[in-house]
Amino acid sequence: MSMNRREFLKIAGVSTIAGLGGTAVFSHLGKNSLEAVQTSPNTDALTGKQWGMVIDMDKLKSEETIKKVTEACHRIHNVPDFGNPKDEVKWIWTETFEHSFPGQEHKYMSEDMMHKPFLLLCNHCTDPACVRVCPTKATFKRKDGIVMQDMHRCIGCRFCMAACPFGARSFNYRDPRGKDANGNPFIKEENKEYPTRMIGVVEKCTFCVERIEKGLKPACVEESNGALVFGDIDDPASEIRRILNSQYTIRRKPELGTGPNIYYIIGGNDYAVVPEIR
Amino acid sequence: MKIYDGGKILVGLIIFIALFASPFYLNMGKAVAKPELKFDTPEIQQMEKETGKKQCVEPKEFMRAEHMQILNNWRDEVIRSGNRDEIVILGHKYDKSLQNGCMKCHSNKKDFCDKCHNYMAVQPYCWRCHIAPKEKQS
Repeated sequence: MSMNRREFLKIAGVSTIAGLGGTAVFSHLGKNSLEAVQTSPNTDALTGKQWGMVIDMDKLKSEETIKKVTEACHRIHNVPDFGNPKDEVKWIWTETFEHSFPGQEHKYMSEDMMHKPFLLLCNHCTDPACVRVCPTKATFKRKDGIVMQDMHRCIGCRFCMAACPFGARSFNYRDPRGKDANGNPFIKEENKEYPTRMIGVVEKCTFCVERIEKGLKPACVEESNGALVFGDIDDPASEIRRILNSQYTIRRKPELGTGPNIYYIIGGNDYAVVPEIR
Repeated sequence: MKIYDGGKILVGLIIFIALFASPFYLNMGKAVAKPELKFDTPEIQQMEKETGKKQCVEPKEFMRAEHMQILNNWRDEVIRSGNRDEIVILGHKYDKSLQNGCMKCHSNKKDFCDKCHNYMAVQPYCWRCHIAPKEKQS
C-alpha cells in the first residue's frame, strides 16, 4: 500500500488522539469502580483555623485537678509510664515557673509562684520548629493548626526533639507494651479504641484530634473544671479570644518565634499576706 | 586432569546437594492446605441476621487482593487530610480505621488476618501499635 506524507500524518494524528483519549476514559472508569463504596460525610467535627488554649492558673490550684487532667490524657492515649524520669513519655505534664518561663523568674518572687506546678503541653505552634526539621514529614501542621504526627512515617531520628524548645516531645526508648521488672505493664489499662506506640518513635500531645473530629473538646479541657479553655484563636468571636482580650496572658518562650498557641493566665490575684512596708 | 582427594570431594558434593535440595524433593507432590478464613464472628452473624447479607467495603476478590491499599488510603485520608467520613455498609456506619473499623466486624484476628499472612509469610507491622480486639469465635 502506498501512502503520501499527508495521509500518513492524518492517520498518525487521529490515532494519537484516540490513544490518549482512550486511556483517559479507561483510567476514569477504573477509578469509579474503586469508589463504589458509600460514605457518609463527617459533620460532627469542630472546625477552626488555629486551635489554641488558655490555661488559667488561678483556677488550676488543686493538685487533684492537675492529676485528673494528666491521668485522663494519658489513659485515653495509652501513654506508657516507664517509672523513670529519663525515659518518661509526656503528653501533658507540670513544671515550676522557672522552668516553664525561663528568664521571667526573679529572686523576689512569691514562694507560691516559684513552686506551684504549671501545666505544660505541646504548644501547637503557628510556625513549629519540629515540622521544619522532620526529614520524613511525619510531623506536619494540619489545616486547623494542630501539629500532628503520622506514627507510620516516624523513623525515630529525634530531630524534632532537638528542635522543640518546649520539651513537648518524648522518645520511646523502651517498648511501651513491655513490662517493668515486677511484671507490671507500662500501660496500665489499654484503651482499645486508640493505638499504642512502638519502641523507637517520638510522640506528643495531639490536641485530641480524634475527639475534635467527633465534636468533642480535648480530654484535658473536659476534666479541668473550666481551668483550661480550648478554642479557635483565629475566630474573634470565640470564648478563648474573649479571655485573651480581657486578661493578661503570657506564653512560653515567645521570643523564639515559633508562635506558641497555649496562653497562661498567671494569676496571683489572691495575695496571702502582704508584708507591711516599713 | 587429576583432582586431589577427588573421591572425598565428589562424595562431599553429592551429600551437600542432597541435603540442600532436600526441602524440594521431600515436599514434592504435597499440596499445602489453603488457608480458610472464617467470616462467622458474632458481629458478622448479626449483620447476616439483620440484612440477609454479608458485605464488606468492597467485593471479596477485591478485598483479598487490595485490602492493604485500602488501609493505606484510609490512613492517608484520616491522618494527613483529616477526612473522617464514615463508610456506610447496608445502612450501618463504620469508621475508616483498622482498629475501630475493620476489626469491629472481623473480631477474629487469628482466624482472619493471621491465617493468610502466615501462609504467605508476610509480617505486616499493624499490630505493633494497633490493638487487636479480644478474639471472638462463632
